[in-house]
Amino acid sequence: MTENSSPAQKKTFSFFDFLYKYGTLLTIALLIIIFTALNPAFLDTSNIINILRSISIVTIIAIGITISLSVDGLDLSVGSTASLANVIVISMFVWYGQNTFVALVAALAASLIVGLFNSFMIVKVKIPDMILTLATMFIVQGVALTYSKGATVSQNMVMPDGSYATGQISELFSKIGQVPWIIIIMLVIVVIVHLFLNYTKHGRYMYVIGGNEEAARLSGIPVNKYKVLAYLLSAFFAAIGGIVLASRVMTAEVNAGGPYLMDAVAAAFIGLSVLGSGKPNAFGTFIGAVLIGILSNGLVMLSVPYYSMDIVKGAVLALALALTYYKRKS
Amino acid sequence: MGQTKLEMKNISIEFPGVKALDNVDFVTETGTTHALIGANGAGKSTLMKVLSGAYDHYTGEIYFNGEKVEIRNPKDAQEHGIQIVYQEVDTALIPYLSVGENILLNKTVNDMGKKQVVNWKEIHNEATEILKSMNLDISSKKLVSELTLAEKQMVLIARSISKKCKFLILDEPTAPLSNSETEELFRIVEDLKKKGVGIIFISHRMPELFRICDDITVMRNGKFIIKEKIKNITQNEVVEHMLGRKLDNQFPKVQVDIGEKLFEVKDLRDDDKLNGINIEVREGEIVGVAGLVGAGKTEITKAIFGAEPITSGKIFLRGKEIKLKSPYDAVKQGIALVPEERRKEGILVLESVARNLTAANLGNFTRKGSFLNFKKEKKAAREMIDRLGIKTPSEETLVQNLSGGNQQKVAIGKWLLSHSDVFIFDEPTKGVDVGAKKDIYELISNLAKNKKGILYLTSELPEILGITDRVYVVYDGKVVKELETEKTTEQELLFYSTGGKADD
Ligand SMILES: Nc1ncnc2c1ncn2[C@@H]1O[C@H](COP(=O)(O)OP(=O)(O)OP(=O)(O)O)[C@@H](O)[C@H]1O
Ligand SMILES: [Mg+2]
Repeated sequence: MTENSSPAQKKTFSFFDFLYKYGTLLTIALLIIIFTALNPAFLDTSNIINILRSISIVTIIAIGITISLSVDGLDLSVGSTASLANVIVISMFVWYGQNTFVALVAALAASLIVGLFNSFMIVKVKIPDMILTLATMFIVQGVALTYSKGATVSQNMVMPDGSYATGQISELFSKIGQVPWIIIIMLVIVVIVHLFLNYTKHGRYMYVIGGNEEAARLSGIPVNKYKVLAYLLSAFFAAIGGIVLASRVMTAEVNAGGPYLMDAVAAAFIGLSVLGSGKPNAFGTFIGAVLIGILSNGLVMLSVPYYSMDIVKGAVLALALALTYYKRKS
Repeated sequence: MGQTKLEMKNISIEFPGVKALDNVDFVTETGTTHALIGANGAGKSTLMKVLSGAYDHYTGEIYFNGEKVEIRNPKDAQEHGIQIVYQEVDTALIPYLSVGENILLNKTVNDMGKKQVVNWKEIHNEATEILKSMNLDISSKKLVSELTLAEKQMVLIARSISKKCKFLILDEPTAPLSNSETEELFRIVEDLKKKGVGIIFISHRMPELFRICDDITVMRNGKFIIKEKIKNITQNEVVEHMLGRKLDNQFPKVQVDIGEKLFEVKDLRDDDKLNGINIEVREGEIVGVAGLVGAGKTEITKAIFGAEPITSGKIFLRGKEIKLKSPYDAVKQGIALVPEERRKEGILVLESVARNLTAANLGNFTRKGSFLNFKKEKKAAREMIDRLGIKTPSEETLVQNLSGGNQQKVAIGKWLLSHSDVFIFDEPTKGVDVGAKKDIYELISNLAKNKKGILYLTSELPEILGITDRVYVVYDGKVVKELETEKTTEQELLFYSTGGKADD
């Protein structure tokens, strides 16, 4: 009994290891095969570009979340921050007739204020990250709404005094959200952050802090400095996401960034399971976003109604988490 | 009642890259205390985890009185009356529940049946009953978070015997205990033995094994080496079986010329424990700080290192005053601390050995622009693994998969890779086997030879006598005596450590 039960045990072990490592990639491959079989147009270049374009904003925002995860935090305020950046950038053009540079700087500066607020409350006041950033999420969402007076900001909009807004969005800015730039921006961010987290001293320190904060501190790592940096970066990438979104739709709708939060969180957590890293990492996050993008795209092509899409997304996330945490529990 | 004989036969188990147990036999019976000893990574904890049902992928058989039993999960083990107290007591207790609830946790969780309402009175009565049977003076209503480490351990033992308990496994129970707490534990072990429980006792402290155990089993490299009656074997023989070689001269003290004053602490105080600490360390000097568990040694290290706030006190390095507001400042000034609680403070369990070893000194493993030099990191890690004899399949292995003693070596190795001038060691040999202890003493002596200053805090007086040049005795957060190591004795150290006053 004992003798023959253990080799079997071993086999399931290694099979599971394989799943753990390649499960996510396998799922993507499988999805591509299925979707292509059902609709050969799925693999058209135009559709692939379409998918990449559609995941760009989610990926950028998810990269910010990934950085906050690397220090064992979780920034839930990124969606609102993206909304804020979105509305600021558009309003700078439309309301104030500013140039591209000023518009971008204003949006990024606002996001860094959010990042500073988050890190101050988390590092100094010591509020648990998730709860605090949840509060920030509401605050920032409210600020963005108040700033836009609850209206959609767009070119030639009607101002409260009855006149029309005269400012125009610059040609240059409108490029950001178009192919190929939108895809290039995403890829560059993924590569840079991946290099930063895995190949530099600073990234290593962040993982060390995420692994055991007390040990990190006693190793002489300036823990607070890096935590501040992490929340600043996550707000920064959220703002970039918001800016790209602004350029893509050329307006600022109410709470436009909000819906990206959940997809971004999902992408970052699916990323944990990619190649069995078990750790937040930029490349994995990108793969996570690709997985979500392919799912949405493929399901749309199969005319699955949009309202049932979340069921599938949630299930995939649960599966990826299962892979990561089942392994970790030993 | 009758005696029960427990036999484990041909037990083997593998983890990725290691054969942790290789056809191990282990035999013991109820009513005896059985010592299990072996070097770090020999497989002691793993063998006991097999017995307590923590693994199901082992091969081999387990017999009770000659009858084969299947133990593949903790529930199987508990049904056969096998209880284990792991070394990390904190992980097994729920801090914000009372002692009584913790003791009867299983009962409230599993044996409630159809009852929906907890009968608190019954729980506390029953828990008090158990505590009384152990002659323990802990209130069942106290919160576990308010207990000392030793008391927590007692609570865990109480929980074990609240259930069916034929065999009780204690994995390095004495490592964090003070002398008097250890005595208390021994009393309980004796009591349990009289009541017919079989105790399996893992420890690296040979004298205590020889004091309380009847039998001893020695393991080496995942293999069974020998089982013997304690009275038929000597401590030296045990060491030889353990290491596979003789160990001569436990304390390899090298003669070093002591140089300039390197490091000085003046009148250090905090608002809690520390009450005037004055310490100085010279180049090449190993300065001991002796004191019982709880005397404030760890607090001293934390305060010096900038890890805990101080209310007053000055620190000087080479005659210049330095301000250490955080460990970051301390490390920058060239001070290193090997903390006592390695799992919580010293290591990153989910990271590889290599990443752990370089964590305190990453700046040395970078190229331009902060990019990491992985090759250099790997090389340094391998060297350190060799130097310290860390038992690990590779430098990429996660530290959580190393045995307790090897984790401690990683925590020490991390600082040896840094270029510090002052090294503070807080109980560095806790949970380390005799062979590795000697390695650690040797390393520390070598640091001294290279003109480093060393502050060595421990409650093990033989260590103080063995490797230090000078010693401060702390009692109740205060340095009460400074002594030349050569001119003192264990009795004298003990006298001052326990609050004895100099009244010559
Ligand atoms: N879960 C695991 N995964 C991989 N390797 C493991 C695992 N558990 C134990 N090992 C390895 O098995 C060997 C035996 O470890 P074990 O913890 O039993 O040693 P030990 O005798 O208790 O040592 P110590 O005195 O240091 O506590 C070690 O080499 C260890 O690295
Ligand atoms: Mg062990």
